[in-house]
Amino acid sequence: MSYVCVRGFIILLFVVLVSGCGSLDKKDLNTVTVWHWMSDRESVFQALANRFENETHIKVKFELYAPSESYAQKVKAAAQTDTLPDIFAVLGEKRDLASFIKSGAVADLTGALNKPEDGGTWKSQFFEKALAVNEFLPDNEYGIKAGIYGVSIDVAAIQMLYNRKLYRKAGLDPDKPPQTWEEFLEHCKTLKENGIPCFVGYFGEIWAIDALASNYAMNLMGEDKYFKTFEGKVPYTDPDWVRVLSLFKELADERILVDGAVTMVSKSAEQTFANERAAYTFNGSWCVHVYKGMNPDLDYGAMLPPRLSKEHPMKVWGGGASSFVVNDQSFRRANAIQFLKWLTKEKQQSTLAAETENLPANKKSLGKLSKVLAEFADDIRYTTHPNVFPVHEDPEVTVALDKGIQSILIGEKTPEQIAQAVQRVKEKVMKKSHQGQP
Amino acid sequence: MSYFKARKIIGDTIFILPAFLLFFTFSLYPFFKVFELSATDWDGISRSVQWVGLANFKDLLTENPTFWLSMRNAFYITFLALTAQNLAALFLAWLCDRDIKGGNVYRVIFYLPPVLSGIVVGLIWNWIYDGNYGLLNHFLSFIGLGDLSRAWLSNRKTALTAVAVIHMWKGFGWGFVILLAGLQSIPRELYEAARVDGANGWVVFKNITAPLMIPVFILVSILTILGTMQIFDIIIATTGGGPGYHTEVPITRIVSTMIASSQFGYACAMGVLFGLILLALSMIQIQVSKRVRQV
Repeated sequence: MSYVCVRGFIILLFVVLVSGCGSLDKKDLNTVTVWHWMSDRESVFQALANRFENETHIKVKFELYAPSESYAQKVKAAAQTDTLPDIFAVLGEKRDLASFIKSGAVADLTGALNKPEDGGTWKSQFFEKALAVNEFLPDNEYGIKAGIYGVSIDVAAIQMLYNRKLYRKAGLDPDKPPQTWEEFLEHCKTLKENGIPCFVGYFGEIWAIDALASNYAMNLMGEDKYFKTFEGKVPYTDPDWVRVLSLFKELADERILVDGAVTMVSKSAEQTFANERAAYTFNGSWCVHVYKGMNPDLDYGAMLPPRLSKEHPMKVWGGGASSFVVNDQSFRRANAIQFLKWLTKEKQQSTLAAETENLPANKKSLGKLSKVLAEFADDIRYTTHPNVFPVHEDPEVTVALDKGIQSILIGEKTPEQIAQAVQRVKEKVMKKSHQGQP
Repeated sequence: MSYFKARKIIGDTIFILPAFLLFFTFSLYPFFKVFELSATDWDGISRSVQWVGLANFKDLLTENPTFWLSMRNAFYITFLALTAQNLAALFLAWLCDRDIKGGNVYRVIFYLPPVLSGIVVGLIWNWIYDGNYGLLNHFLSFIGLGDLSRAWLSNRKTALTAVAVIHMWKGFGWGFVILLAGLQSIPRELYEAARVDGANGWVVFKNITAPLMIPVFILVSILTILGTMQIFDIIIATTGGGPGYHTEVPITRIVSTMIASSQFGYACAMGVLFGLILLALSMIQIQVSKRVRQV
């Protein structure tokens, strides 16, 4: 008897275990699940969820999966097994969002955004740049139906920052940061003469190199020529590209970068700047919150990267930052959209901005920003981002360019050598693309 | 078939079934799925997958110098681990085998680094190697060798070796424990007999310790090669593969291709090729060790 019982128990246990691997509960229509990766916003999200539940009787369950790399993988895996939550984020590039849309996992929010309501449409509340990151224009390269597929809960700008205290210490005017590349080099010289290390960036994370190089490429050659490079109509060996690469050689030759910046990750570079061990850094507006935690007395300002040319505007990466999309397969799609509408309203956006010190996506919530954050907000108009570019560079070429810049920074290769190497990769990718190979 | 025999077979099958299903689902299926995906252009998200045959492998073998550079870097770290790391482990194991005072304390200390997470170890060594405020540079200045100071992980001449040192520091404890167990399994009478015959330390090591330790050496070297070739976490926590491609290893290339470039199919092809190389290495090593044993 006991033998039969044990056997029965094991089978039952196995059945329970296997059935536990099933999909998310789809019966509870009144609970919206949100997956996110922003560990610094966990408490404020929870508070907002409680507020939303009190107002609408719809429960919102925020589930945190950090760090962002793990989150991105979890979302991809869930897409394969139809276990995506009601609201989630697609971390990655525009082609990743396009793939999610093609696989039917992301709802088109254009209708909801354009629907007239009291006080205007939902769309009218956002900064224009906040929605562009999730928008697909007609005849886009991915073949996605034109529309807006996600909403940002904040916006960002990635700029240069300078330490005002170290500026004063070096005898420089903290209200006059460098406007041009030449001024920047001069200021660096003065800072170094006063024993102050100059510039720290987290160039171990190659997207940061990509952002800075992209800023200067657009400033020097203009957006049209920049995009023509992606299309293969302008080679990377063009003198303008070589000039962009030579900026990094100047950083290396003049020993402007703090030792080790080439392999530094964000946390180390942020600590270096927060501890006043470098006068300049290159970081996104999210850093305000980070620096406040590391050194509340840090006296610093934000500025556009010093221009190289007056012919074209200096653009910086930014726009919509943390975005959420709605699962198109979800039974709770309507509730999910209702929550996102509520979350991006002025009051909730003000709460988020105040608690997390990020720039709100709702343009009416700019009320009480700190001085530095206001400086970032002022420059939102200069932002652009690969996700809003009309054409995109192949990732293999981008990696070759960014790694090549690292090689220039360590004095291993010249700008000309890197320009040629990147062009070779570009030609290989274009050849494959014409042949229809992977 | 008798009722009892049939009942036994069914019973046994039911008992094995859960384990088999778990093994099939989480080991066998993914293993074969990687082979299948390696012949596609899947981006890791789309439901539609295009079959590309051996195009990914052709590209890897003929047009991807970065992958082979990463392989060369992994071989360099493996060579250092096989030699310096295992020699250090053998020396320390030999010392602890001599019943020295506080031997157990040393055993615990030597075994601590392998227990630590690779990410934690990487972060600790980031601080040691830091170019501006690092412990190593501070020490060099203290002993009058300040000229040697540098950002160890950002310098193209030192980055790979610096990463290898971290890996060896973290990994030598494994070899130490296995080699110590091997040394302690050698009968003491053999040593005593050799001493009575007038053998010195070197002769004892050459004629008794080394031959009896060959199976252990083989085990340690196989584990070292397989473990080191797959180095990943320490590199992510220290250099991220930079500067340039100087500390890229196959796993960082695979992850980068899979996540940053969304070329899941191509990354699977890299994984398959890398797995085959490791398999070939292990086979060669087993053959070599068989010959050594015969000698």
